[in-house]
Amino acid sequence: MKIMVLLILISLLLAAGFLLAYLRAARDGQFDDDYTPAVRMLFDEPIPAKKEKNIAENQQDEDLKPSL
Amino acid sequence: MSNIQQFQYDNKIVRAFGIASFVFGIVGMLVGLIMACQIVYPELNLGPWFTFGRLRPLHTNAVIFAFVGNGIFMGVYYSLQRLLKARMWSDKLSWIHFWGWQIVIALAAVTLPMGLTTSGEYSELIWPLDILITLVWVIFGINMFATILTRRESHLYVAIWFYIATWVTVAVLHIVRSMEVPVTLTQSYPVFSGVQEALVQWWYGHNAVAFFLTTPYLGMMYYFLPKAANRPVFSYKLSIIHFWALIFIYIWAGPHHLLYSTLPDWVQSLGTVFSIMLIAPSWGGMLNGLLTLRGAWDRVANDPVLKFMVVAVIAYGMATFEGPMLSIKSVNAISHFTDWTIAHVHVGALGWNGFLTFGTMYWLWPRMYRTKLYSTQLANVHFWTGTLGIIFYAIPLYWAGWTQALMWKEFTPVGTLAWGNFLDTVTQIMPMYTMRIVGGTLFFVGVLIGVYNLYKTGTQGTFLSNESAEAPARERLAPVVKGEHWHRWIEGRPMQMLLWSTILIAIGGIVQIVPMVFVDSQVPKISTVKPYTPLELTGRDLYIREGCVGCHSQMIRPFRDETERYGEYSKSGEYIYDRPFLWGSKRTGPDLWREGGKYPDSWHYNHMMDPTTMSPGSIMPAYPHLLEDKIDYSDLAAKITVLRKLGTPYPKDFEKYAVSNAEEQANKIAQNLASQGVKDQNIQDKEIVAIIAYLQRLGTDIKILPKQ
Repeated sequence: MKIMVLLILISLLLAAGFLLAYLRAARDGQFDDDYTPAVRMLFDEPIPAKKEKNIAENQQDEDLKPSL
Repeated sequence: MSNIQQFQYDNKIVRAFGIASFVFGIVGMLVGLIMACQIVYPELNLGPWFTFGRLRPLHTNAVIFAFVGNGIFMGVYYSLQRLLKARMWSDKLSWIHFWGWQIVIALAAVTLPMGLTTSGEYSELIWPLDILITLVWVIFGINMFATILTRRESHLYVAIWFYIATWVTVAVLHIVRSMEVPVTLTQSYPVFSGVQEALVQWWYGHNAVAFFLTTPYLGMMYYFLPKAANRPVFSYKLSIIHFWALIFIYIWAGPHHLLYSTLPDWVQSLGTVFSIMLIAPSWGGMLNGLLTLRGAWDRVANDPVLKFMVVAVIAYGMATFEGPMLSIKSVNAISHFTDWTIAHVHVGALGWNGFLTFGTMYWLWPRMYRTKLYSTQLANVHFWTGTLGIIFYAIPLYWAGWTQALMWKEFTPVGTLAWGNFLDTVTQIMPMYTMRIVGGTLFFVGVLIGVYNLYKTGTQGTFLSNESAEAPARERLAPVVKGEHWHRWIEGRPMQMLLWSTILIAIGGIVQIVPMVFVDSQVPKISTVKPYTPLELTGRDLYIREGCVGCHSQMIRPFRDETERYGEYSKSGEYIYDRPFLWGSKRTGPDLWREGGKYPDSWHYNHMMDPTTMSPGSIMPAYPHLLEDKIDYSDLAAKITVLRKLGTPYPKDFEKYAVSNAEEQANKIAQNLASQGVKDQNIQDKEIVAIIAYLQRLGTDIKILPKQ
């Protein structure tokens, strides 16, 4: 039943990966604010019609794709 | 505020995935409905393409990967852009992802009815499709992670964590489960055999439920429920705890699918313990969702979106309570192999996934089409037919499961089985199966009403392909400067790190598995257990093609009623040449592991031609084409070669005379059939002979006792 050793290993590695991600995120302050994110996600302010037209035109002119 | 940036969200891709979701939802549910009818009216099995066995994987794959899969992408593409204040990184990748996924679905819809399947539940697709899925998944990953990296919002909202975990874990699961060696373009044998493959399968299968049907939908719940209710989630802190607790526990629960099987006891217990622990995070999340609506319950009464979401969250709570209960061994002894499992998964699929999808769609469509929902009344009708559909589906099947399990286990006072004929336990629950059709029909009608409502909503509005938005550029928390310590550079790139570590995990896994294939497995060997003969192997592949495993198990649990009914309980050493394993997880018909030698060859011949001649009242499909189609030996040599490479001890050069060996055995069976009164001149060339060879071999190896 070596398969169990393997699956446990993969599962542990996966868990370790998530643990690292968690520790890093925690150190970066991702979880410092445990209130406002839940409120902020509710606000997608509508953009005034005139401005929206401008944005739509600009988007066609140039490639605003951010680089990695 | 000069750093305000203007950009547009891509709504077109969201709509595309949404449409694909409900189109394939209708297809998948219709196939399910047809199968429910086939159980009650077996003559609806239109062979060879549309028998229950071949349709079953089509139904599960269509619902899981096409309906829910496209639903996931719809939800992710909409919410991710808004939560990150960024358009998807690349429109091109978005559309490659979309069309790639639909191509996989289309090919699955063709190959599965053709009988091209690996037989592993939810991993049935053949190896070229496995590769295609991997490519599409990688493209989705690149697009998602690149969007995360180029975001304008520093904080990753909890939903995004759920999406990341989904991507990473599904990638690992899919790769490990798909390790197989191709024989032809459409067939492969898994690297592992028997009990080992069973463990891989349910490690995969359970986590497919966890990370495909659950975590992405939880992410969607945490986005769309607060949005629809227009109030923040009850406790954001709890949502973060929910996420991290869930992903650390979920991955260990898989063995609960194999309780009382030949899997080592301690692994079974491990699965049980982690399954029970799962109640805590699952219910934490469920309550978090419901409590979000505190003080807003009056709105639930009026808003169909919230109604759908509330029932979805309650269904999640019910399914995640029931799951751990079913993982307790004494409960599982009753529930396993019965319709209880079917009821359980449908509460999850119809309630949790289905209703959350519809609720989300009813919220999304008016927004993307800049109009109001066409008809709130129709949405309410959809809600009630759907809810009643779930109830009429689940309750009869719970009843059926209990009834049948208790009948299986009932003994007379003199110690014999009260219901020795398996069929009696099936006819007993036929009324429940009929009720199930009613439930399924109600749910299906509800979906059709929903699609009409969304279509009308679309036609009365104007679609907003690109939604304008603006946000300040993201301030990097720690700017990367040249000449820093290398580790600091890595730490500045959490997403790349996650991606690379996933790839590393996968490579590490493969490196370890490959040598293991050539090493003796540690499954206890039984000296009388021998590899399948070429003809039996051919018959076994036909058994797989016809999807027999969908209704017949090959795993006798160590219970008095099972050994009484079927024979000696299963031993792990008996399955070492089983590639793939065919234990099954549902007994619509009896277990077949000790089928060998129970009936004469002619019984099987007549039974396949028309099951009701041998078992009056049987609901098994007839397989007349097996009596007419010639056996195809063209791949036999390749099969033998591949199996030997994987460790099956066929003698050297055996593949060269495999066909003649098979023909010899076929002739013997043909003679048997002739002597038992079967009049068919060329029967030795027909597929039925291979099937008979396989069935007569099943479980007979340990009946031959070794000399002391």
